[in-house]
Amino acid sequence: MALLEIQDLHASVDGHEILKGVNLTVNAGEVHSIMGPNGSGKSTLAAVLARRETYEVTGGRVLLDGKDLLEMKPEEAACEGVFLAFQYPVEIPGIGNAYFLRSALNAIRKYRGEDELDAMDFLPVYKEHMKLLEMDEKLMNRSVNEGFSGGEKKRNEILQMAVLQPKLAILDETDSGLDIDALRIVAQGVNAMRSPDRGFLVITHYQRLLDYIATDFVHVLVDGKIVRSGGPELALELEDTGYGSAEANAAAALQA
Amino acid sequence: MSSTLKHSGSEKVMATVTGRPNTYLEAYGELIAERLERDPVWLRQLREDAWTRFHAKGFPTTHDEDWRFTNLAAMAKISFQRPVKGSVSVSSGEIESFRVPAAACQLVFVNGHFAPALSEMGSLPKGLEICSLESAIDCGMVGAAPEGCASDGIEQHLGRYADVRRDVFTALNSALWEDGAYVRIRRGANISQPIHLLYVSAGSGAEIMTHPRTLIVAEPTSHAAVIEDYVSLGSEVAFSNAVTELVAGQDAVVSHYLVERENLAAFNVSTLRLEQARGANVSSHSILLGGGLVRNNVHPVLSGDGAECLINGLFVGAGTQHLDNYMLVEHAQPQCGSRQFYNGILDGSARGVFHGRIVVHKDAQKTDAKQTNRNLLLSDNARIDTKPQLEIYADDVKCTHGATIGQIEEEQLFYLRSRGIDEISARNTLLYAFAAECLDRMHEPAAREFAEGLIRERLTELARNRNTVVPSAPATEEGEEVQRWEEVR
Repeated sequence: MALLEIQDLHASVDGHEILKGVNLTVNAGEVHSIMGPNGSGKSTLAAVLARRETYEVTGGRVLLDGKDLLEMKPEEAACEGVFLAFQYPVEIPGIGNAYFLRSALNAIRKYRGEDELDAMDFLPVYKEHMKLLEMDEKLMNRSVNEGFSGGEKKRNEILQMAVLQPKLAILDETDSGLDIDALRIVAQGVNAMRSPDRGFLVITHYQRLLDYIATDFVHVLVDGKIVRSGGPELALELEDTGYGSAEANAAAALQA
Repeated sequence: MSSTLKHSGSEKVMATVTGRPNTYLEAYGELIAERLERDPVWLRQLREDAWTRFHAKGFPTTHDEDWRFTNLAAMAKISFQRPVKGSVSVSSGEIESFRVPAAACQLVFVNGHFAPALSEMGSLPKGLEICSLESAIDCGMVGAAPEGCASDGIEQHLGRYADVRRDVFTALNSALWEDGAYVRIRRGANISQPIHLLYVSAGSGAEIMTHPRTLIVAEPTSHAAVIEDYVSLGSEVAFSNAVTELVAGQDAVVSHYLVERENLAAFNVSTLRLEQARGANVSSHSILLGGGLVRNNVHPVLSGDGAECLINGLFVGAGTQHLDNYMLVEHAQPQCGSRQFYNGILDGSARGVFHGRIVVHKDAQKTDAKQTNRNLLLSDNARIDTKPQLEIYADDVKCTHGATIGQIEEEQLFYLRSRGIDEISARNTLLYAFAAECLDRMHEPAAREFAEGLIRERLTELARNRNTVVPSAPATEEGEEVQRWEEVR
């Protein structure tokens, strides 16, 4: 059984259809990249999979490990193993970073019938991951993402992912706004989490991230549909020719 | 920053809407007769002046600028009765859950009367004198002070600061008060645990009014925290009209906590008058969680050089609660600092008011006054009226003010939920984060912990009560200065 199976997914925001029939299968152990021009629906796809309620699903179905993902609330999807690394991580003043992540981890553990972790058990794991991501320990007790630099916010997303150990990790333009050092650290964090039990959906605008994260498949999303799929070489080709050729191909395919 | 000059001296004429003046007149007549032998002359004079004042003015209407957002008509119609002393019996078990763990001592008042059997005096820390105000007055008359109490100092302070001419509720309290607490912290004493004053309104079949009077004298360089706490047993209508005078001597450090957690039928007016000598550092923390109609007056006067005051508050309303906060910060001497921070959370059809008035007198150069009011509205029917009023008569001062009105942000809620936290917990977490700013300004651990427990409980109720979905595209005003200010001429 596939980890994620998206069949003819349609979704809209405020009555505008953004996803117009997406089909995609991700197996455990695979890394899939989704590329495409701005406005093609990449972030919408990520948000729908994370069950954001502002996006209305108008057709199709999505199965996570055979379960109907579209029936789940965001917290249920998270507990079932979906993790979205946000393109723009949200600042939450007044809530400590470590406290927040421990609450999240315990919510997920509780859902799975596991014992909750107290701070004594949690902090060593947390700090270890912080170190791997070269994060300043001071960020631990600061409010979630408040006053963090762009790079710190993205690393904080990867930190959460590392601690929560999802089955399906969705990275929404995690590379945007990062300098090369931060990009390298973030990519290392992702690579360290590759496992036969886990699937990745890496959404990116540029091929650059894929220099650091080895992808198994590349899909091109244009105007709410996947118009091409291929191996990593497709990303290199797009880098040379741009999305124009993919869009032209798509248009040609529609006319044919 | 903005400032306006107010021409003082012309007092507004207000209509009298006492409704049932006889209720109050009867109560006054009875009380005067009862206390004829026991009140010293100065106190009889105070009551008489206060009564005259109240009788002449009656309750304010919404035509009065200071009461513009709070309509007292419903309250004025009710014939509140003086409680009969000892007519209601309350067991220790009934108030157990209201106690503050780790308090230095707890004075309990039932329907305005001191209840020694319910109180826990323990062994008082050195330098703390505390007793019921009535007993202090009574023993002052017969010349034998009960243990832990000294009646001297009362005449010097009682009624000296809370001005019956300024406010009719102060006048009503000054005329009709029967009991309350007298707290004196001796010079240099450091009382590390909070002093808990618990005012219980217990149903007795009638609509009861009480006028608790508290006098707190913190002598120079002393340090203490006092929690004044209003609770109800049962769901009956009651009217509590409290006045507290807190006098902080030179370099004293005092915190006052007001906790309002009465039932939703309660009318509660409380007035805290702070008098600060040179270098005194006073904090007022108001935590309004209960009550149907609540008016919270806080009036510090910084009357010595270099005094500092913090006016911190959190008001949480739901249903049809009406929570009105009226701040009047008077800078009378130079080099003083005042900070006002009030956060409001309003759900249902609750209504909140924040009126922050700062008066900087002519001599109060180098004043540094700041005022911030932040509000979270959880429903379309909730409403906040927020109004600063700066009156500056000195020319070298720094005064700032700001207010924000916002909602729970859908983005934040989704972020928490996307990490596995369920919707109610996520909502609760965000409400708590908003309220926690106020908790962070409380520096006595036992008092803070007590406040935190109450606030968490209240916010959990609010988070649970929510069935409606947050608007998908919230009109985020958080962080913006909301232009609802009105300047006063």
